[in-house]
Amino acid sequence: MTVQSRPIRILIAKAGLDGHDRGAKVIARALRDAGFEVIYTGLHQTVENIVRAAIQEDVDCIGLSILSGAHMTLFPELLNKLAAENSSDIVVFGGGIVPKDDIVELKRVGVKEIFIPGTHTQDVVAWIKANVTVD
Amino acid sequence: MSKKPSPPSFSKSASYEEWRKQRYASQKERKATYESISFRGQPELVTPENGGGVQYDSELGYPGEYPFTRGVQPTMYRGRLWTMRQFAGFGSPEDTNQRFKYLLEHGQTGLSTAFDMPCLMGYDPDHARSMGEVGREGVSVATIQDMETLFDGIEQDKITTSMTINCTATIAFAFYFAVARRRGISFEKVGGTIQNDMLKEFIAQKEWISPPKPSVKLVCDVIEFCALSAPKFNPVSISGYHIREAGSTAVQELAFTIADGLAYVEHCLGRGMAIDSFAPQLSFFFDVHNDFFEEIAKFRAGRRLWARLMRERYGAKLDASCKLRTHAQTAGVSLTAQQPINNVARVAIQALAGVLGGVQSLHTNSMDETLSLPTEDAVRVALRTQQIIAEESGVTNVIDPLGGSYYIERLTSEIEHEAMEYIKQIDSLGGMLRAVEEGFPQKEISEAAYQFQLGVDAQEQVIVGVNRYQEGGEQEIPTLKIDLGPEKSQVEKIKEFRARRDEAKWRQSMDAIERACVENRNVVPVLIDAVDAGVTLGEVSDIYRKVFGTYSDPGML
Repeated sequence: MTVQSRPIRILIAKAGLDGHDRGAKVIARALRDAGFEVIYTGLHQTVENIVRAAIQEDVDCIGLSILSGAHMTLFPELLNKLAAENSSDIVVFGGGIVPKDDIVELKRVGVKEIFIPGTHTQDVVAWIKANVTVD
Repeated sequence: MSKKPSPPSFSKSASYEEWRKQRYASQKERKATYESISFRGQPELVTPENGGGVQYDSELGYPGEYPFTRGVQPTMYRGRLWTMRQFAGFGSPEDTNQRFKYLLEHGQTGLSTAFDMPCLMGYDPDHARSMGEVGREGVSVATIQDMETLFDGIEQDKITTSMTINCTATIAFAFYFAVARRRGISFEKVGGTIQNDMLKEFIAQKEWISPPKPSVKLVCDVIEFCALSAPKFNPVSISGYHIREAGSTAVQELAFTIADGLAYVEHCLGRGMAIDSFAPQLSFFFDVHNDFFEEIAKFRAGRRLWARLMRERYGAKLDASCKLRTHAQTAGVSLTAQQPINNVARVAIQALAGVLGGVQSLHTNSMDETLSLPTEDAVRVALRTQQIIAEESGVTNVIDPLGGSYYIERLTSEIEHEAMEYIKQIDSLGGMLRAVEEGFPQKEISEAAYQFQLGVDAQEQVIVGVNRYQEGGEQEIPTLKIDLGPEKSQVEKIKEFRARRDEAKWRQSMDAIERACVENRNVVPVLIDAVDAGVTLGEVSDIYRKVFGTYSDPGML
């Protein structure tokens, strides 16, 4: 592991209309306990809000939680809006109820990883350490 | 054969304590601690000497009699089985209407409607915030025409329907009753339930438009309307389900739900309604989670607690006011995406607990619901699970068959007592409305959810197939795919609908709704006329936003 100059900053985001925030909040707390700096957006954010928060807070990655079935709309929209703001260096990962075929497609368009229910929180921690670097 | 000297044959311990010391303490246990899923330490044995005793008259009573611990009806399942009510809804109203008919053909006895996220948050299908969400998690219903299609060929005076909708419940309720009126069915004959429980939205499910106070007012508008005009309809389903799914313990689920109920009671009393005029129509909805006995005891404790509060705190005179009638659903959160066929076993055990707990209606989850909305085949297995319990297992032959079990009675009393302690704490904060505004139940649940996850990570909480007995390759089961077709058609439909309606009548109706809101009158009668004149769900919601203001998530961790 390389020595990080500062802790990794993570935005945990809830987009769209669904109110399932148990997973997002548990993950946010686990990441904070693991020593990352974590910002939680709260529920019902638009993708614009999330991108704005990510840039303002200068985060290294965004973890988007979706349990509404709207993942095939919201993830691509997030990636596109980040690209439009020249912020494609921000790593996007996700969590929620996402079918296997959709995971393949989302990874193809640029989502780095999707964690489904039943994931060990320490697996998410390890994945972030391995895949996100501070610039 | 053991060479160790054993006590003489037929020797008996004189007491539980002696048995514990002489026979039990020297033995090895399999684990260091034995806890329920709600982190409750469990005794190795319950006897009349350590909490298993019960005062039959005051604590149990007979079924159908105060305090209703043994059940709300005198006959329970010997008179009528619980209603098998599978929650369903996806795509367009046409799609869900077909699923409803399929379920009725397979022996389901009531309907239960899942609405999509735009409906649940107060947006029409063509709103920017609805993009990608129309018909995805439930059915899209934005106009009276959609509601007519949804219940096409289904008799509203014969089949009872439950509608899971909250901040826009007044509007869905108006659609449903306006359709009944168009069909010439009188309101007194319409039976069913609308969830309409906003306090638990702020606590757990998190679908809202306006802040807690005006939200509670709208909940009570429906309660008042039903008390006056729709006696067979349950105007609220005070729900612990979402509280539990968000991560609470069983005790928190029961306590917060009952405290929510008390807040609605207080609001209605504040309007000058008499307790016995509306309390009989209040209904409940609980989760049935994995811990078998804890769940059974939770239902029994809940009935006793509610009955006592209604009589002792509010002076209810009618038995009906004291009866906690409840729907239950197996725990969605307990299902696993890994080895999904195992979910059939989980659901069966949970459903059995619900039945032994004496519920009035039940939804059993389908094995695939952690992957997507359920397929018809998966729903059929879930429904058949209920039918097997009802007609093969024999558990319906005897009322409250576990009543008198030392363990169940001790657990029932403990859960009642601990829930009451929480309720007192909420009372001291000024009631649930204030507690919610301060974030008290929200914080308690977040903490419990996090503790549970730490337990899972540490393998103290075993989840078969997830943190024990894992398999490499994933079991594949078919899942339901919903394309963007319904979204397109619903967007086109609502545009046509708006173009066709009588503009002058619509304008008048919009003004009438706004006036009713501003003047703090009951909105329901006005809404029934307004939706008939073509006002849409999103348009009513916009009036709520304007008059009552909007609420957003404080984002507490």
